[in-house]
Amino acid sequence: MKRVGVFVCHCGTNIAAAVDVGEVVDKARLERGVVFSAEYPYMCSEAGQTMIANAVKEHNLTGVVVSACSPRMHEVTFRKAAAKIGLNPYMLEMANIREQCSWIHKDKDDATKKAVSLTSAAVAKVHLNTPLFAGESPVTKRALVIGGGIAGISVALDVADAGYDVDIVESTPGIGGRMAQLDKTFPTLDCSACILTPKMVDAATHDNITLHTYSEVESVEGFVGDFTVTIRKKARSVDMKKCTGCGACYDKCPAKKAPSEFEEGLSNRKAIYIPFAQAVPNVPVIDREQCIKFKTGKCGLCETVCAPGAIDFEQQDELVTQKYGAVIVATGFRPIELGKFGEYAPESKDVLTSLEFERITNAAGPTKGALVRLSDGRKPKSITFIQCVGSRDTTPRGKAYCSKICCMYTAKHAMLVKDKYPDIDVNVYYIDVRSPGKNFDEFYRRAAEEYGVNYIKGQVGKVVDMGDHLVLQAADMLDNRQITARTDMIVLATAIEPLKSTKPIASMLTASIDTNGFMTEAHPKLKPVESPTAGVFLAGACHGPKDIPETVAQAGAAAAKVLGLLSKSKLTTNPCVAAADELACNGCSACESVCPYGAIGYEDRQINDHGVRGNQRLAAVNTALCQGCGACAVTCPSGAMDLLGFSNRQILAEVDALCR
Amino acid sequence: MVVYTYYPGCTLKTQAARLDSYARVSARALGFELEEIDQWQCCGAVYPLGTDEVAAKLACVRALMAARDSGRPLVTLCSACHHVMKRVNHDMRMDKDMRAKVNNYLEDEGPYGGETEVLHYLEVLHKHLGFAKLKEMVVNPLSGRKIGAYYGCMLLRPSAVMEFDDPENPTLFENFLKALGAEQVVFPQRNECCGGYISLRERERSAEMAAKVADSAARHGAEELITACPLCLYNVNKTSGGKLPVVYFTELLAQALGVEAEEEEAAHVG
Repeated sequence: MKRVGVFVCHCGTNIAAAVDVGEVVDKARLERGVVFSAEYPYMCSEAGQTMIANAVKEHNLTGVVVSACSPRMHEVTFRKAAAKIGLNPYMLEMANIREQCSWIHKDKDDATKKAVSLTSAAVAKVHLNTPLFAGESPVTKRALVIGGGIAGISVALDVADAGYDVDIVESTPGIGGRMAQLDKTFPTLDCSACILTPKMVDAATHDNITLHTYSEVESVEGFVGDFTVTIRKKARSVDMKKCTGCGACYDKCPAKKAPSEFEEGLSNRKAIYIPFAQAVPNVPVIDREQCIKFKTGKCGLCETVCAPGAIDFEQQDELVTQKYGAVIVATGFRPIELGKFGEYAPESKDVLTSLEFERITNAAGPTKGALVRLSDGRKPKSITFIQCVGSRDTTPRGKAYCSKICCMYTAKHAMLVKDKYPDIDVNVYYIDVRSPGKNFDEFYRRAAEEYGVNYIKGQVGKVVDMGDHLVLQAADMLDNRQITARTDMIVLATAIEPLKSTKPIASMLTASIDTNGFMTEAHPKLKPVESPTAGVFLAGACHGPKDIPETVAQAGAAAAKVLGLLSKSKLTTNPCVAAADELACNGCSACESVCPYGAIGYEDRQINDHGVRGNQRLAAVNTALCQGCGACAVTCPSGAMDLLGFSNRQILAEVDALCR
Repeated sequence: MVVYTYYPGCTLKTQAARLDSYARVSARALGFELEEIDQWQCCGAVYPLGTDEVAAKLACVRALMAARDSGRPLVTLCSACHHVMKRVNHDMRMDKDMRAKVNNYLEDEGPYGGETEVLHYLEVLHKHLGFAKLKEMVVNPLSGRKIGAYYGCMLLRPSAVMEFDDPENPTLFENFLKALGAEQVVFPQRNECCGGYISLRERERSAEMAAKVADSAARHGAEELITACPLCLYNVNKTSGGKLPVVYFTELLAQALGVEAEEEEAAHVG
């Protein structure tokens, strides 16, 4: 029989206020095999750990139970302490008497009874514990970044600069993302392209970075340190090696009716195109749905004019498979669809989203930077900005969260308009102005106070396009009056949401997403750039609305975490994996069909059944792939599958103890 | 012949008799019958909408119970009655406290838990008959007539309760007009308030609101308007002085179907 020691923690008053700790210590001593029990105010402190170490030595303990917080909190701490003194770390069990007991019960008697019960269950389990030994798994020194916007570019450059190989997978024809569409950036009003394009070039020319543009992640297998990812490189119909980027093809292309994604559909592009003039890579793509050659078989003008002969109508999608140690998700955001927001007349040409307005004000945009109404080309005399379009909206059509970037870019837009055209009347309708970033509030105040932007607290309920002008109805909540105002252009600060592709990517990575479709972090405060799935990291707006400074900061943090992982030569694996009992297994395949990680295979093994030798098909667990979820253990009809560290016998011993 | 239990409401017996009578003759032409509830009472207009009003909801609840006991959906016509009926029904189904309080008043007749399906006449045409079928039955298509559909606010909002159409971009009446062969005119103010009962206290204010609606319709090319709401019709007609005629949608329906209000009912109309 094991010699068990029980250590009960007060956790200051966290446990001691609701549980009679002394009583738990006394009752524990009555349990089978318990030779020592003690209490301490903070068992996780160095003094507490020393107390455990001394008791193990003094009393020859072969099993330890710590009744304290959740194992998620400090199991690792205590197991490390056990290992230090030569006890196998898996001979230590925790009883959670904080999160599952003292924090949720008010009655001290009841809570104490429950703490005693939970402790005795842990003692019952530890009697059946066996030493487990962690294995090792390799680390592939290469990182995959999904998404080539400013978040992905930043992570890739940081990781590549440290000497590791990085691949960027970008679904559109070029990198740069949303930031490339912006004209100026708040709060310094520096030109977006001027600070982004050098980074794009750095990423493209870096020795350690490989770009896969116009490509998508097809499948992901494996686990932290050892992911195997297949990337689909969509057929570009242009040979990247031969193309010189001269532009003759898209100059001559006669199919010009495709709405330009980069220009938010405000102008058209050709069927063969680069997204914008500074595109990286500077290699065009043929949009096969728009191309006359692909539609009718006739044309081929681009092929005729291409001197290096780079056009390849026969090109097929290509699948590339590569191993990675870490994956960074940086898939970004998009503005929501405004179909359900009819009150703002989003179908009107003079009602724009903020991203469309960025393009209108951009010198390279569809109006060459001229601020004009798209319906009649007139310069507006008045522009109205409406904030929180779909944000902080708890109805099913909207988003309950704050989109975070809108207050600041609206202030930026308003200020830029006023700066260039002081005669234009600029009004902003808002619920609250939220400006908590560095130099953000000063920026907003400058717009309101120095530039004379008129901020009106209230929401707009109706926009009507009258042809040569727009009329809006709104409530002024500070003045308590109804407003009916005439304006020439309306800009909607549209809520942002994660890209549609976030969900399939998350499920390929077995990473989780929240109710709004954003990627979930492992801990909101302490692990903000890690996904709960080991080896998967997050950067940028795929994780929640973020501005550029915050995105770049998160990207840097994610890169640091990736480097920490890639710098290790081997990872220690979790020994709590499934194992098949070959005497009980009959090879039925039930476990294989439920395993989400593909960790179970079959092998024929020679067995000796009461003197009769023969071959039998038996389940075999690949311990490198097994994540210890236990699905196989509960599925196995013959009870042959067990989870090491959580065996059926151990669990039932706990249940028995609880039911005593 | 399909029979529906029918709640007309007070205005349809007086000012808005045309809304009622043309609905009945059209129904017969389309193959269904509206069977009026015995001894119905006024829906209570705005009063039942008060969250602390219990007794004011009783008239609606009694009509809803009568429909339930008939085993048929309850059909309404007047936008205001439909609005009140739907919302009271919703309260009876969703609000446990209110249900208990109302049922305390209904000891002999109750209890009622919001079981009845409340349908607007237009929803019967849309969901049960189908606009495609309606189109086939039109004998005098309203070709060339530029007609705007004025929804007003009562049918559309709150949209989660009314479940009538998209409150910002409704299409039901436009599709109805299309079935009748008319040229439908979509105008932005079609889902705005006409001023409602404010016209009794602040004539100017409601005139301003109704004028906005009429101007918006005229600006977008409408030459006539249809509505399902007696108050909308009153306010817009009063403001526009007949320049932009407003009629009930059932009148156009009867025209298109080539039926006349019966004599007895026509007498009411006068």
